[in-house]
Amino acid sequence: MDLSTIVLYAVTAALLVLSAVKDRKKTLQALKKAWKSFENILPQFLTILVFIGLMLAVLTPEQISVVLGARSGWLGMVLASLLGSVTLIPGFIAFPLASALLKNGAGFMQIAVFVSTLMMVGIVTLPLEIRTFGRKAALTRNLLAYVFSFGVALVIGVVLG
Amino acid sequence: MKKDSFFLGLLKRYRVFLLLVVVNVFVLVAFPVVGLKSLSLTGANALEMLSILPPVFILLGLLDVWVKRDTMIRLMGEGSGLRGILLAFLLGSAAAGPLYAAFPVAVVLLRKGSRFSNVLVFIGAWSTTKIPLLMFEASAMGWPFMLTRFAIDLVGIALIAWITGKVLSKAEIRTLREKAEATED
Repeated sequence: MDLSTIVLYAVTAALLVLSAVKDRKKTLQALKKAWKSFENILPQFLTILVFIGLMLAVLTPEQISVVLGARSGWLGMVLASLLGSVTLIPGFIAFPLASALLKNGAGFMQIAVFVSTLMMVGIVTLPLEIRTFGRKAALTRNLLAYVFSFGVALVIGVVLG
Repeated sequence: MKKDSFFLGLLKRYRVFLLLVVVNVFVLVAFPVVGLKSLSLTGANALEMLSILPPVFILLGLLDVWVKRDTMIRLMGEGSGLRGILLAFLLGSAAAGPLYAAFPVAVVLLRKGSRFSNVLVFIGAWSTTKIPLLMFEASAMGWPFMLTRFAIDLVGIALIAWITGKVLSKAEIRTLREKAEATED
């Protein structure tokens, strides 16, 4: 277990104790909600784990790096951004996938643009967003977020590349 | 009868997972080397990820229970200034759920009189700087990746909210607010 995981457990335990001291009922409610949302993503989560396993067993790191590796350059980034914009997968599913790709030859910038567009750009949810914010604001926000994601990738590339 | 429908529901929810398990077993029989490699990869990955998830979800639950939404909403109106922006950001970051769950909340914020640009900051934070997810990101991708992305996201969220707010005219924003006020939950 690495340091960040230990910190995560320590912070959570501290907050949990604090919460229980202040209000036991609310704390129990929080734990119930925690279990419910965990059970909610579990099917997708297990699916992606097996999927990653199968994919990495078949694909070699060399093949992944041709498509999404650091040397795939702009083409790889555009591909990653399109994937991120159209897919609708929660972060708890996306990060294991991103991390597995990264360990197997994908580039930091390509993964950064994928993660960023995945979270900020929503083609599938655009109709819903238009209903809330109107066409102009929704399209502007998504377009800006798309362009911004490449900025994220550039900074990640400079800092971590 | 009830038990049957429970199991059927379970089966239905996990069907893609079960299908993939069947595929994996098939691969294991037909191509033992690839199948074994896949199994060990899945096992290692599952162990790593499942060790991170419990605290993340407990954090989510605690946030959901303790963060009072109504009071926050009141503090984000016109003239709330920097404090309003900060609150919008915190409210979005403390949230739980996918982005499309944020839009109904955005309607409530608009209706309760929150500034339009603050609602956009809220959407931006909800989409990309949710605290439990950041913890998860740090564990899966490493702290440098998470912190770098977080730092540039702060700039990005503000910029996107500001530009989108400027692109719309006052009248257009008023129309959106009136539409939000017309909806009741």
